[in-house]
This record gives sequence, structure tokens and C-alpha cells, in this order.
Amino acid sequence: MAETLLDKVWRLHTVRELPSGQTQLFIGLHLIHEVTSPQAFLMLRELGLKVRFPNRTFATIDHIVPTDSQARPFADWLAEQMTVALVKNCQDFGITLFDLGSGRQGIVHVIGPELGLTQPGMTIACGDSHTSTHGAFGALAFGIGTSQVRDVLATQCLAMSKPKLRRILVEGTLPRGVYAKDVILAIIRRLGVKGGVGYAYEYAGSTIAAMTMEERMTLCNMTIEGGARIGYVNPDRTTFEYLRGRPFAPQGEAFERAVRWWQQIASDPGATYDDEVRFDAATLQPMVTWGITPGQSVGVTEPIPEPEEVPETERAAYWEALDFMSFRPGQRLIGTPIDVAFIGSCTNARLSDLRAAAEVVRGRKVARGVRALVVPGSEAVARAAEAEGLHEIFQDAGFEWRKPGCSMCLGMNPDRLRGREICASSSNRNFKGRQGSPTGRTLLMSPAMVAAAAIAGHVVDVREVLG
Amino acid sequence: MTSAIIREITGRGIPLPGDDMDTDRIIPGRFLRCVTFEGLEAHVFADDRQQNPDHPFNQERYRGASLLIVGRNFGCGSSREHAPQALMRWGIRGIIGESFAEIFFANCTAIGVPCVTVSAEDARWLREVVAAHPEMELRLDLETMTVHAGDRRLAAHMPEGARRQFLEGTWNSTFVLLEAGEAIERTAAQLPYVTGF
Repeated sequence: MAETLLDKVWRLHTVRELPSGQTQLFIGLHLIHEVTSPQAFLMLRELGLKVRFPNRTFATIDHIVPTDSQARPFADWLAEQMTVALVKNCQDFGITLFDLGSGRQGIVHVIGPELGLTQPGMTIACGDSHTSTHGAFGALAFGIGTSQVRDVLATQCLAMSKPKLRRILVEGTLPRGVYAKDVILAIIRRLGVKGGVGYAYEYAGSTIAAMTMEERMTLCNMTIEGGARIGYVNPDRTTFEYLRGRPFAPQGEAFERAVRWWQQIASDPGATYDDEVRFDAATLQPMVTWGITPGQSVGVTEPIPEPEEVPETERAAYWEALDFMSFRPGQRLIGTPIDVAFIGSCTNARLSDLRAAAEVVRGRKVARGVRALVVPGSEAVARAAEAEGLHEIFQDAGFEWRKPGCSMCLGMNPDRLRGREICASSSNRNFKGRQGSPTGRTLLMSPAMVAAAAIAGHVVDVREVLG
Repeated sequence: MTSAIIREITGRGIPLPGDDMDTDRIIPGRFLRCVTFEGLEAHVFADDRQQNPDHPFNQERYRGASLLIVGRNFGCGSSREHAPQALMRWGIRGIIGESFAEIFFANCTAIGVPCVTVSAEDARWLREVVAAHPEMELRLDLETMTVHAGDRRLAAHMPEGARRQFLEGTWNSTFVLLEAGEAIERTAAQLPYVTGF
């Protein structure tokens, strides 16, 4: 019988069925960071348990690291305390840590793939909702909380219920100036921020097949913003070529054997899905959010919906969003002044994102009064970008070129909005207060759109800048 | 580490208006700079409460409530367990709402806080009746999957797997998972990426 990747990977990782009816699922790769792991280690110590498979957990520091000076001890003693705890926990339990300055540190969802840790056919868990990113490789990857981090440390397993599967087909060629970020924002707008609850998403179709791995990561990254915990793309030649030669990928003949296995775990032709939806890439345009959920977005030339266009059940959220953002029904976002431009995050801080932004920025200047920063996703991304001279393009334009970390995506480090500032942001969430100021406002968009807004000082259509 | 059997939760309610309430709002990011969950209850809904003096968590009449009544897609966004921990440490023992985000639901289950759904109409009614009668005692019964509010009984829902974890006292999964013993290693040994292809 034809099976999906979800069916196959789930079956291969099933340890047993639990009395509750759930599955005890083996976790092939566990990634941890300083925010959601210290309490899990504390619980482990209290129980007198060891880490069951220390060589299947990898750690890095990303959320709280400052991005200007990373000299230790950090000025923020709480951040310092969290870092000390992670280093100690990794030492005590025998876990590999990609520490600051190791050359391998970065946002956990950037380094997993670039080190070749993330591979097709794996189950991957991390105490971070954007773990869905790793689904780009044809892995079942999902975010968990701290108690579940404890479960994985202690048993390398989780108690899970198998989700239903929705296939999202995207067909056609993306127009110039339209990126993977716009595709996922358009998907979330149509299916809603809770449309994916109970589902995993399989992304397929000619648009997805033509995407690079970095584009697929952007797509899968924001799956959780549509309510689905897991989003994946079937592994193909693009996946294998990306992985070839990466430090933790299989090498030599083992790599060729791995490719044969990876090919087998992709969904079979004729497999059945619980639901299927289709998108036409040619009709998409650059997206911008106008509200306080990632589903509240429009194409950059479109007006914010009128209240009567919004379903009645969404209307309270609609007015709450407009009130918080100080926008009006029917308003167009082009021309909206911005205070801050942020290029970074696990969604859009990889080399291709920085290149796309630099293409817009090259030879131009950041508008007066706009605070603009680029935060590369990892030390490796920073190195590669600097080797190409991208940092100079940004710095010449007036951007700050920072050190890797999560930074202003969630404002846990000193990079925060102030007061009611409006930020054009390449990150993933426009929630109230998300970027560190309780009243700060976020406009989500692609890195190229952020770059264009930084230059103009207000929201513009990047397609006009690119020509 | 067996966990307590949870058959029912009895107590007063606290209604929270709004849909798509994300975990950044339940506990803003700056309060995640910690290595334990202790004291998080002081910061639950910190920014919303600061911006709205009438926020339910600011109102004295809801002090001591144990059942939180919410709308649609409650707990979306970040996987931070700090959110349910902050609510639990404030005193919340169970959550009744129109729908829940998945990771939030799993986090609540893992710390023994059942989340049940009721119809949109019932969620709205419950929020109104609790706002009008904050002293009313509510009862969430997981055996019959019913919410008792005054004379009314509302049908409640929860995925069967999670429900059985509460009724069997296995919501704290670690020891249940450990019971698999060597079967864990046997599963691992069959995975090509574990054995080096």
C-alpha cells in the first residue's frame, strides 16, 4: 500500500503503543538551547536520571546572547546565569555544545541543517516551536515544552498522537520579488493561524520542487504559525546535494547508502492524504502583515480588509489588531513609516536571505531615523557572508552588522523595540510585545522587503526597487 | 515518579476575553530569562495587565480561581512551557476553551493541567456567566467529560489519549516511557542513521 513519509517515519520510530493509546516515538535528533532546557536538567537531576542517548542531543546558545559584544560574562547577569547553566549541564551529561566562538554556534534551526545534523527520515525535537524548520529535509520535526525536553533527555522518546496529513500543493514559478516567506505568509492567510491544528503539512508541487533548501527551511519554519506542529518537504536531489560533505552527514560510501534510504522514505506516488489544498505561485505577491497574528497579512499592493470582508468569528481579533497597530480598515501599507528594520531570525537569516537583502541595499543608504540591523543566523553564515563582502554592503548603507543569535525576533537579549516603534522584520511573529516592547509593532515581510523599507524609510513594493 | 490521578477539578472560574492568545502574551519573553519556573506567576499576562487595569488577572474578585475560561486557539505561538507554568503557579488547575494550540495543550498535559474544549457558544456563555457570578463554583469532570456550571451541564471534549493520561495518572510521561526498557535501544538499532548506514 502506498504510504506517506509521515506514515513511514512514524512507523519506523514507534517503540510501542502506550496504554493511553498514544505512540511512544523514538526521537532521532534532540536539539537544546539555554531557555527551555535548564528546568528539564533540574528535573532530571532530581530524579537521579542520566541522559539516555547523550550523542543524540546537541546544544547551542542562541536566544539570550547579545549581538554586539559577546564577551563573557554577559552584561545581563540573568543571561550569563542561563549560559553557565547550559555549559555545566552539557559537561555533566556528556552533550556536545556548539558554544560562542566555536565557529559552529548560531540559531538552533540554522546550525542543525548547516552542520548536517538534520537529515531525512529522522524524528527531531527541540524545545522551540520553530523546530518545524527541519521538516525541509523530509524529517518529522516539531517543537516541545520543557517537560517533554526532560522526557527526551531521560528516554529519547516522546508520547505522541499521530497527526492527520494535509498536502499543500504550490504550482508554478514565483514572480521576481516574491520569496518563500511570501508563500508561507499567503498559505497562513488562507488556512488561518489555527487551520493546521491536528495536522502535519506536506508541502509539494513544482514551486516547492524548484526551491533551494534554504527556501524550504523558511517555508517549513513558519508551519507552526499556521497551527501545524510539523511541516515537511519530501527529500529529493536538492536535499541530498545540500547534505553532501556536511560535517555530521554520512561520508563516502555511507552517504550513497544514505541517499538510497532517504529516497525510500519519501511519500509514495498514490499515497492518500486527509486533505489537500492548492496554491498558484504566479498569483502571489510580496506579503506584509498588518495585525498581531501572522495570519493577518495582505499582498503589499492590497488594502487591509474592510470589517465586512472578515468572517464574523474573526472580527473581534480584527479590531483588536487594528487598534493595537493604529491602522484603519481599507488602508494600504505602502508608505507606512518604519522606525526599525530587522533582518534576522530562524526564518530568514541564512546566506541566501542576506544576499537577497544585500541586492536591494547595494549602493544605497538607510533612511534617516531608521535603526537597521542585520543579525546573521550563525557563525558559519556570518563567515560566508563576510567572505562575499555582504557585511560591507550593509555597513556602507548604514546597517549594523551584528553577531549571530535570535536577537530582535523575540527581544530576550538587549535588541528590542522601544515604545511604539514600528519594525519591518524578516522574523516570524508579529504578536503584541513580541519584539521586546509591550507596545512595539511588527510588520512581517521578506528580507528583501525589509531591506527596501529600510532604504525608503517606509514600506515599499520591493518589485519596484528590483525593477 | 507516578503522577496524580486527575478525575475532576472544582473551583471558581476566571474568564479571559480574546482569541488567538499567544504564549508571548501569557508570559512575555523578558521573563524567560531564568533557570527555574519559580515566581513566574507574578508575571502572567504582564503586558496585557499593565495596559488594561480591568484585565481579569488584575481583578480581586477572580483571585483564587482555578478554572480559566478562554476562546479560540489559546496558547498559540512559542512552545515556552513558562506559559502554562505561570498559569499553574498562579492557581489555574484546568482550562476550558473553544480550542487550543497543540504545543500548549501538550505542555499543559505534561504538568497535569487538563485543557478541554466546549462549543463556541458554550465558551461564550461560560465567560459571561462567570463574569456575572465570579463566586459560582464550576466543576470539570473528566470521567463524564462535562462542565458543571450552576444548573447547566456543558459537553466537554479532549483527545482520548490525553484524557486517559489524567484518569490513569500517567500525564507525567517520563516513567511511562522508561517502562519500554530495552525496546528503546532495539528501535534505535533498526534506524539506519543511528547505525551509520
